[in-house]
Amino acid sequence: MDAGVHELTRWSAARLGHALAAREVSAAEVTTAHLERIAAVDDRVHAFLCVDAEGALAAAETVDAARARGDQLPLLAGVPVAVKDVLAQTGLPTTCGSRILRGWVPPYDATVVRRLRAAGMVLLGKTNMDEFAMGSSTEHSAYGPTHNPWDLDRIPGGSGGGSAAAVASWSAPLAIGTDTGGSIRQPAAVTGTVGVKPTYGAVSRYGLVALASSLDQAGPCARTVADAALLHAVIAGHDRLDSTSIDAPVPDVVAAARRGAEADLRGVRVGLVRELDGDGYAPGVRTRFTEAVEVLAGLGAEVVEVSCPHFPYALAAYYLILPSEASSNLARFDGMRFGLRDGDDGTHSAEEVMARSRAAGFGPEAKRRIMLGTYALSTGYYDAYYGQAQKVRTLVAADFAAAFAQVDVVVSPTTPTTAFRLGEKVDDPMAMYLSDIATIPANLAGIAAMSLPAGRAEEDGLPVGVQLMAPAMADDRLYRVGAALEAALVARWGHLLIEEAPAL
Amino acid sequence: MSTTDTSEELLAYDEATERYDPVLGLEVHVELSTATKMFCGCPTVFGAEPNTQVCPTCLGLPGSLPVVNAVAVESAIRIGLALNCSIASWCRFARKNYFYPDMPKDYQVSQYDEPIATDGWIDVPATMDGQAHTVRVPIERAHLEEDTGKSLHVGGVTGRIHGAAYSLVDYNRAGIPLVEIVTRPIEGAGRWAPEFARAYVATLRDLVAGLGVSDVRMEQGSLRADVNLSLRPYGQQALGIRSETKNVNSLRSVERAVRYEVRRQAARLERGQRVVQETRHFHEDTGVTTPGRSKEQAEDYRYFPEPDLVPLAPDPAWVERLRAGLPEPPATRRARLAAAWGISTLEMDAVVHAGAVDLVEQTVAAGATPVAARRWWLGELARRANESGVGLAELGITPGQVARVVALVESASLPDSLARQVVAGVLDGEGEPEQVVVARGLSVVSDAVELTRVVDEALAQAPDVVAKIRAGKVAAAGAIVGAVMKSTAGRADAARVRELVLQRCAGAS
Ligand SMILES: [Zn+2]
Repeated sequence: MDAGVHELTRWSAARLGHALAAREVSAAEVTTAHLERIAAVDDRVHAFLCVDAEGALAAAETVDAARARGDQLPLLAGVPVAVKDVLAQTGLPTTCGSRILRGWVPPYDATVVRRLRAAGMVLLGKTNMDEFAMGSSTEHSAYGPTHNPWDLDRIPGGSGGGSAAAVASWSAPLAIGTDTGGSIRQPAAVTGTVGVKPTYGAVSRYGLVALASSLDQAGPCARTVADAALLHAVIAGHDRLDSTSIDAPVPDVVAAARRGAEADLRGVRVGLVRELDGDGYAPGVRTRFTEAVEVLAGLGAEVVEVSCPHFPYALAAYYLILPSEASSNLARFDGMRFGLRDGDDGTHSAEEVMARSRAAGFGPEAKRRIMLGTYALSTGYYDAYYGQAQKVRTLVAADFAAAFAQVDVVVSPTTPTTAFRLGEKVDDPMAMYLSDIATIPANLAGIAAMSLPAGRAEEDGLPVGVQLMAPAMADDRLYRVGAALEAALVARWGHLLIEEAPAL
Repeated sequence: MSTTDTSEELLAYDEATERYDPVLGLEVHVELSTATKMFCGCPTVFGAEPNTQVCPTCLGLPGSLPVVNAVAVESAIRIGLALNCSIASWCRFARKNYFYPDMPKDYQVSQYDEPIATDGWIDVPATMDGQAHTVRVPIERAHLEEDTGKSLHVGGVTGRIHGAAYSLVDYNRAGIPLVEIVTRPIEGAGRWAPEFARAYVATLRDLVAGLGVSDVRMEQGSLRADVNLSLRPYGQQALGIRSETKNVNSLRSVERAVRYEVRRQAARLERGQRVVQETRHFHEDTGVTTPGRSKEQAEDYRYFPEPDLVPLAPDPAWVERLRAGLPEPPATRRARLAAAWGISTLEMDAVVHAGAVDLVEQTVAAGATPVAARRWWLGELARRANESGVGLAELGITPGQVARVVALVESASLPDSLARQVVAGVLDGEGEPEQVVVARGLSVVSDAVELTRVVDEALAQAPDVVAKIRAGKVAAAGAIVGAVMKSTAGRADAARVRELVLQRCAGAS
């Protein structure tokens, strides 16, 4: 018997939204159902770093009261959502999975959080993550790893393993993730859920604790493409507090998902990226991916091969740009104004207190990347490392531009493998970095990308993700093609893939 | 060699400049007087309670982001244009990375290899060897950046971090927009380098003040100068190794810091020692510079383009509108006014130095003669301002009022000696000049009958003097004039009184 499962936790966000609007269920009931599920399973999954039962119930009651008065509320009002612990939210600690921020309560809301509140959504709590979003397994959290609901001995992906696991374990219908090199998509792939990295600049970064400013992007985690679209529509849009935010209308992703569900892709051109295929991908991953492409063709899409010749350099460029920006972004964690302070006993200088606080507060992966970035930006190395990496970045963007001149979306497997075992790669940074080989190009180019379930690999029975990529500000294409693929696969399976996950 | 050694040997200044050619470089930070900070909406009021003008962005809290203040960009472009610079059509901010507690993010958002303004010049009037010169100083760049917070080190002897028991940081200043203006090496000032450095900073200050983009108050730190100085043997092309003296906070200190560095560096070179490339601090009290951080084990700032901001790309049409709206350059204006007032360049420099250009101009516009206007503002009023430690403009008398005092004097209804009392009355808040004249009873005794009566009274009191005058000792009349002036409290016209005294003595004989 699956622990703490209330029927309401099995509902999609869309269904919950409609039922709430029709007052068939109350937000308090929906919220209580999810809090009970969390209480029942999260000691094993550890998707959450902090659960705000009181705040969630209060928000739910506010929504119920408003609906009782007859107020017209947004569709997702009263629907619970979990937020990755990298977004500032007043009233709760924001730790970024790091010791250095233990107990820090931000005095302000991230724009994404503000938009969730404005939509009347119920914020359940903050989800676990690799420290400062550095990692692909959530094992680099200072507060212990998150476990994959499909197999608790396996990783849920990272850095947003907490958000994906919350959705996959039926603890939340929706979650917010952030994606710097795959941190929404890779966890979605290995947990059998849907994750979207919107176009860079489509969702405000204000209040998102920066890992790599030029790559970071918040986005939706869900169990269906349609649900992801609903959450995407809530959080996307121009924000004058983020200078890199795009001042243009948000593509109608909800309509695109609805249209996609009609499962007709005639006239849509799909590109297979030659460079994102081959020996590096596990057999089960390749099989499911090939099938997914066949399904797309079966829906009427025209499938062609495209070449992105600079993709093989993307990972190396990414691991110069990211640490460079991170080394600077993480400088402010110095024990002077907030967070952990070590050595403040009157015998150490400010400089020593800074060094000690950082030594004590950051974990090994954060230190590794800070050192890499500091080195890459140093005089005499800048041109060879950071400068060259920026050139590769430009070339990767040019590859995408050339591909999108031929096709509407490009597709690839999301990850080379299914979920690996906890501890398997934690001491092998290069192996860990390779988890993001297929997701990184989209971040470098700032385009939109989605991962959705493609089935389970024969060899281990674990979920496989397929990745769709679309040009900047054409996020709606992901939703149309993704919803069509999802509809065809669900028709074949008879249910969502996540329904096949074992009981907890 | 100890870096804590502060008692350095010095060479006599004249000797130093006979042997070595000083080369100057000046980096001036101008704090812009925008209503809000460079990257957030916090106010910029000077002197507020510590840490009351802060927000997540200027405190560098996790997740906060900067948004560029458009007014600051406009001010920087106007400064660039006034300095005859090219304005970049596209440029980026950069992060300058270094750890310091008063820098909230542990990096400063600045501009590095893509400054907003480059390659300009400014004409600096300077007096050298008693001659008025105008020297064109090449400007390398002017760029935008954010200020840091302010540290207060408590419990030490020096007020510096070394030896302090604890430190306090005020982040009110963190994020205030700065424009940093950097010269190319300034050669050829020779022994006048200290005076020239001062003249440059003063000229730049006036130029920026004329644009209305900064308070340019050195004592409040809204204009701060870093003085770079190197020496080389005369005739040598290559520049010597320079020292960078930071945060020199008055015009006088600029001059003193240069003079000190010339003497210090010359002494080292004379002893066959190297000049160390380093940052130095100037001490107002002793006039000495002491070493700060050595640049030879230099901090690597790891500059890279600020990814949280999009590039600045000022519309060329906008830049042209800003150019068209620039005020007359101070040098042009000074030349025009000097010609109009019929004064020499040196005399004009005195007006500039006193900060009285606008005031004299407005006083003349209100009807005073240039001579009288200058005499008042540079004389009595400058003295009063100096006494009360305020600027001329804050003294409490308007150019219009000064012009009216001048008019009263020139129409002979107010003796010169009383005019100062009228001014004092205006400064004491007793109203307009005419009201002060009436209230203090300062009008001239012009009634002939009344004046004759007073003179007769004085004559009657001094028969011995009358006798002397009648005996032909006309000079003795002075005593009677004095008595009359005293009895009228100075309200009589002394020349007229003297005439009357002689008349009455002659008439009575
Ligand atoms: Zn602020």
